[in-house]
Amino acid sequence: MKKLVSIFLALTMLLTMAVGITSASAAEVTTFDFWTFNELHVEFYLVMAEMWNEANPDRPIAINPTSLAYDDMHNKLLIALQSGEGAPDIVDIEIGKYANFLMGETQLVPLNRVVEPELDNIVKSRVDIYAKDGNYYGICFHVGASVTYYNKDILEAAGVDPASIVTWDDYAAAGRKVLETVGVPMCTVESNDPWSFWQMLTEQGSDLLTPDGLPNVNTPEMAKGLQFYQDMIAEGTAIVAPGGGHHAEEYYGYMNAGGAASITMPFWYMGRFTDYMPDLAGKILVMPNPVFEVGNPRSVGLGGTGTSVTTQCENQELAVDFLGYAKLSEEGNLKIWEIMGFDPIRKALWGHEELKNPNKFIDYFANFPFDALIEVQDEIPAIVVSENLPKTMTAIRSTIMYRAFETMEDIPTMLAEEQDILEKTPN
Amino acid sequence: MSVKNSTLPERGKAGGKANNLLHRFSYNQKLAPYVFITPFLITFLVFFLYPIFSTVVMSFQNILPNQVQFIGLQNYRNLNDPIFFKAISLNLRYTLVTLLVLIPLPMLLAVLLDSKLMRARNFYRSTLFIPALTSVVVAGTIFRLIFGEMPGSLVNQLVGLFGVKPVKWLKLADTSFAALITLATWRWMGVNLLYFLAGLQNIPAELYESAEIDGANAWHRLRSIIIPMLKPVTVYVITISIYGGMAMFTESFMMFSGNRSPNNIGLTIVGYLYRKAFEENNMGYGSAIGLVLLVIVMVVNVIQLHINGTLRKEKRK
Repeated sequence: MKKLVSIFLALTMLLTMAVGITSASAAEVTTFDFWTFNELHVEFYLVMAEMWNEANPDRPIAINPTSLAYDDMHNKLLIALQSGEGAPDIVDIEIGKYANFLMGETQLVPLNRVVEPELDNIVKSRVDIYAKDGNYYGICFHVGASVTYYNKDILEAAGVDPASIVTWDDYAAAGRKVLETVGVPMCTVESNDPWSFWQMLTEQGSDLLTPDGLPNVNTPEMAKGLQFYQDMIAEGTAIVAPGGGHHAEEYYGYMNAGGAASITMPFWYMGRFTDYMPDLAGKILVMPNPVFEVGNPRSVGLGGTGTSVTTQCENQELAVDFLGYAKLSEEGNLKIWEIMGFDPIRKALWGHEELKNPNKFIDYFANFPFDALIEVQDEIPAIVVSENLPKTMTAIRSTIMYRAFETMEDIPTMLAEEQDILEKTPN
Repeated sequence: MSVKNSTLPERGKAGGKANNLLHRFSYNQKLAPYVFITPFLITFLVFFLYPIFSTVVMSFQNILPNQVQFIGLQNYRNLNDPIFFKAISLNLRYTLVTLLVLIPLPMLLAVLLDSKLMRARNFYRSTLFIPALTSVVVAGTIFRLIFGEMPGSLVNQLVGLFGVKPVKWLKLADTSFAALITLATWRWMGVNLLYFLAGLQNIPAELYESAEIDGANAWHRLRSIIIPMLKPVTVYVITISIYGGMAMFTESFMMFSGNRSPNNIGLTIVGYLYRKAFEENNMGYGSAIGLVLLVIVMVVNVIQLHINGTLRKEKRK
């Protein structure tokens, strides 16, 4: 036993010395504190740091990750940036919160140096949403392109060819057929989130905010979109998602059992299918969204997380270079797909054969998901982001969708009331 | 604390000056009380008084990084906000109903559990207290599932036995309010019960004995001995319940899995403060909401204590 211990100790000493020698010969390692609210993002950045160190042995870095709960992380960051102390070097900020961090004197570092040379290769709207006064402060993980997921089996049973659904009228007609023959609704609609609705606004060239960033919910485009779903709910071809949204426990169970024939959600929803709806494996087709008029953009980038460098970072230049490498390079974008199953913002990558390498997403879906993305790649407008977005999103999530789809109120009246409240409530 | 002059024990002359000073310090009876309350005083100053002061200042400001400016009463003027009123209304109703449920019921249960005729008293005492030890996060999640809207949820199965169709409990104002009250009752019953039990043990047995000699029955004893003798406890429970009810947040946050409920039916004052200050980065407005909450709780409690006579009694002393 004693022998074993002494061998172990000797080995440890040798190892420590070896480490000492190598690190002494290499350049000094810069450690970046990194905060996120998603464990998968930690894995991604650790892998990227390794790849960075291989490619840049003269500028080695290390990532010191901290993974916190969603609200907790954003609150702590807000306070740290407000008080000028205690913020991490690199941080993930979710799009719904991002506007909060652009208010006042922005405490984030402009990334223009790395973003601008890549603008032609990426979906530009995915950096525009984190920009203010011509400065890009964040780079997104994904496009979050809105697509429609069809349950192939249900549509087949109803005799509907999903490729023939081009407009929302086609979609509604298919819905009536599905309801008649199979007896399930065509789709589910969220009453506490905007993800299944937002693309209807942007395809008509409208948005939740005016181009100047003011709340803009009382518009004919908004009314048209809400009315479309409300009519479907009235005739039974759509229902409000059990649990209120597409992220509720009730919903996963319902959908997994073949509850509805389709849903419209962003690309990142693929992960919810693979993780929570295992029985639908091999049945789900990823297709472009229907539109009101042929020629309207069929998608929009929704949701997202922008990674930013804070002004409290000591080696900002290196942090920005690393962030650019991780989020904009081909290698980085490939890892984003492999590790997280997101649609990477580097659209030049979408046709690559490497994306077809088997992983849980390729195995699950009935078609190659990127085919739909390539089809709509020039039809992905940016949403308007301003400091009014958080409160407008709150209204969408807590009252507007609920009043339109649950209590089925008269839409123009309801929208006029909601616009009025939004204008009265302070930011 | 009474401070008497006691003779300090004599020390050897060999002790140095420093030693002597330390000695005088540690045996100084005038200083001792202050030393003992220092930890509390520091905590109070740093974690209570300073934040309160700072909140008052912030409520007159617009706060953004490096752009803090005084905006006068603007934050208070903004409080004329329909959603804020909705939140106040929920808290007031919630406080009222929890008071109506969570005072008489635990008091009655305490009397029963204090009675020697009651079987398995200790078993009931502990089971009724367990909910208070459960984390609200867990409890909220379980209650959310219990009040789920699908036909398979527990409550829907129960009402189904009576032929009622599945109800979307957490999407309607009245039913979700009932769910919140159920959660509060389940959670706080044991705590209030414990207070009343403690109060009951302090009632001298002679009172019951002499009442018995005078021919008092159980009802007389409850009305003329137990309830009046429990008054200090009751006043205490009412006071903290008012505060708890007006500041309720976690229950609603968990029940609706987040700080947003359909049509704001579960929005509380603190929930609105949280939404404005942190979710929408308006710390100044959040501070104003917090101070209004403080004022409401103070006013309600002062009125309540006045009616109860607690404040008058203190004065007479």
